[in-house]
Amino acid sequence: MCLAVPARVVEIRGDTATVDMEGVRREVSVLLVPDIKTGEYVIVHAGFAIGKLDEHEALESLKLIRQVLKSEVEEC
Amino acid sequence: MGKLNRDEHHGPEFVTLAHGSGGKAAHELVTRFFLPYFDNPILRTLDDQGVFNIEGRRLALTTDTYVVDPLFFRGGDIGRLSICGTVNDLAVCGARAVYLSAGFVIEEGFSIEKLERILLSMKEAAEEARVAVITADTKVVERGACDGLFINTSGIGELPEGVEISSKLVEAGDVVLVSGNIGEHGIAIISQREGIGFETEIASDCAPLSEMVDAILAVGLRPHAMRDPTRGGLATTLNEIAMASGVEVEIEETLVPVSVPVKSACDLLGFDPFYVANEGKLVAFVPERQAQDTLSIMRENRYGRHAAIIGRVVSKGEARVYMKTKIGGRRFVDMLVGEQFPRIC
Amino acid sequence: MARFTAEFENPDDARLLLGKIKNLAQSCDQERVRFMEVCGTHTVAIFRYGIRELVPRNIRLLSGPGCPVCVTPNSAIDQFIRLSRMQDVIATVFGDMMRVPGSDSTLEVEKATGADVRVVYSSLDALNMARANPDRQVVFFAVGFETTAPTIAATLFAALREGIENFFILPANKLIPPAIRAVLDTEDLALNGLICPGHVSTIIGSRVYEFIPSQYGIGAVVTGFQSSDILYAIYLLLRQIVEGKPHVETQYSRLVSDDGNPDALKIMYRVFEPCDSSWRGLGLIPKSGLKLRGEFSRFDFSNRFDVSTAESSEPEGCLCGEVLRGKKEPHDCALFGSACTPEAPVGACMVTTEGTCQAYYRYREKRS
Repeated sequence: MCLAVPARVVEIRGDTATVDMEGVRREVSVLLVPDIKTGEYVIVHAGFAIGKLDEHEALESLKLIRQVLKSEVEEC
Repeated sequence: MGKLNRDEHHGPEFVTLAHGSGGKAAHELVTRFFLPYFDNPILRTLDDQGVFNIEGRRLALTTDTYVVDPLFFRGGDIGRLSICGTVNDLAVCGARAVYLSAGFVIEEGFSIEKLERILLSMKEAAEEARVAVITADTKVVERGACDGLFINTSGIGELPEGVEISSKLVEAGDVVLVSGNIGEHGIAIISQREGIGFETEIASDCAPLSEMVDAILAVGLRPHAMRDPTRGGLATTLNEIAMASGVEVEIEETLVPVSVPVKSACDLLGFDPFYVANEGKLVAFVPERQAQDTLSIMRENRYGRHAAIIGRVVSKGEARVYMKTKIGGRRFVDMLVGEQFPRIC
Repeated sequence: MARFTAEFENPDDARLLLGKIKNLAQSCDQERVRFMEVCGTHTVAIFRYGIRELVPRNIRLLSGPGCPVCVTPNSAIDQFIRLSRMQDVIATVFGDMMRVPGSDSTLEVEKATGADVRVVYSSLDALNMARANPDRQVVFFAVGFETTAPTIAATLFAALREGIENFFILPANKLIPPAIRAVLDTEDLALNGLICPGHVSTIIGSRVYEFIPSQYGIGAVVTGFQSSDILYAIYLLLRQIVEGKPHVETQYSRLVSDDGNPDALKIMYRVFEPCDSSWRGLGLIPKSGLKLRGEFSRFDFSNRFDVSTAESSEPEGCLCGEVLRGKKEPHDCALFGSACTPEAPVGACMVTTEGTCQAYYRYREKRS
């Protein structure tokens, strides 16, 4: 029930950050992700960064999916 | 005689913003209320222009009113819009716009400097489109009675002999083309809106399409239908043509050109780029054998660099528009329902 | 950014996933498998990709109550409409709320007839309007689930800190886990798995869903919104059925952790506390809403405005309640597509693109 878009943190000033979403930039509040750093990725909802996107996990997720797709054995 | 009898059961009582946003409600407003009072065969075609004969010469007449807010936006302003929009409404039926009229409703207190900027835009756009504004009118209204400035332009143009282009002429097997990236104008406008705005380079695609159309016709190509998708977006235009011709249209999602920034902006606001306004794009339904040539000509034009073939007319019969999705699924593409509001869900 | 989104929309992966799903669905040895996607944004994603028609016939995807606009009671909308009509009020809303029908009007109609209704993208924008218009009262319609509630909490925090006196909210936020429980408690609703919301879970974590397998014996997969996310979730739920081991799995691990976002939860519960709440269509669900705590209660609009309204009532013939529980599908409703359409919605499910009925209406085949 929630539209949230990935964005890269470009600059942080206190509770606010400028984020980049590939051709679109906006100020968002980072009050809910106080440990976020410049260059990291967040997910933005209603003007706030609400969570950090983990690149490593993203890769692992994809790997997992692709592993399953390659496997021939089905459990019955 | 007074009001016409009609079924009032589902009728709206007030005009709302939805009626102006170019989708279903707007369509309904026109067909339910305006058409009955002005009824005549030419108007009934509901094309963007009225085509008529005077002593053997075929002419096309169109009118449009521009109420855009903000008046100035990245890539243009209300002035440029008012010229290009009317030129395009004529171009899409194959008529070369020659003369325009311009009517201005100006709010008391409007800055003369702004007015001059707008007039300069109009001059430049008119020069580019090779049209002349030969008659104009100005009214000033009290503060608050209008939002700064409204412009109405009407245009007249001549149809070359043998050119029959209308939303009603689409055939099964026709190929659908669009002249470039969709959604730019609408996003450029909303990026400046209070409370919703964001920073972007996305600029309105506001442009005259007359040169592109001329080039297509000049080499003997004859599209069956053409339209410039404005309010309501590409989806609404495709539906209007599908309804006018009674055809089933299949679009391939992966083929529709959308720039990355526009996609990002749409994702942010919860918009679907298919429903976002354009002001300088041509949609053409062409016979299959003419598709590649039409595409090449579009791409040769400075406003058509990202032109693409996006789908085809599957059959004649039921009027609807489908999309083959990125992953090979199918979804039905409706007309815009009401205005698209930014969403959080 | 492609690594987070485009990579998860790969059409070849989709094709292969569908193959796996087909195989598993066959070996499931069940005439019909029913999964519910709780979240409205998932409903829309499923339709946008055309997933419903791509999965095997014996898999039924039901849409759940995760559409905050759809479940906001009539009475709250009526109250907010009354507020918007007041002269000195600036009524601020998320765009989603503009066309929701109250008992006899919508905010869109109110705006057309002169109310100062403004769409905002963030509650922070509404607070800005309060700062910029000190002689007006700004009221914000606080809807949304746990994804949105912390953002509103943060805004109120700022308002308190700055001593802003002309900013109020109509509290209508709701919590997802109690609603899931209410749905699962529905009689005659045999579900075989749940597709859990991705962004709500970013805040609340995935551990909260443990009650689903442990108390109801079905699996729960927290997943993202791209095609591979959703298809993989369906695959995982099928695998759980075949293996006979229902449990909670987090497919959306690039964003969702077991414990969610503790900072966001902290601020949310600093400002709000759970209360019993009425859900349009579902009725009263205990401890499923959020109300303002102590020092923040000054921001509750009811402390400044008196807009009592009648109790909510559903329009006659409207099946939204059962649709939200997954008991009925839009086509089962006599009003669907005739008296109730996106242009003239009767019930909340038809109002937003997320609402089950509108999603079905817009994206599926038009039934003749």
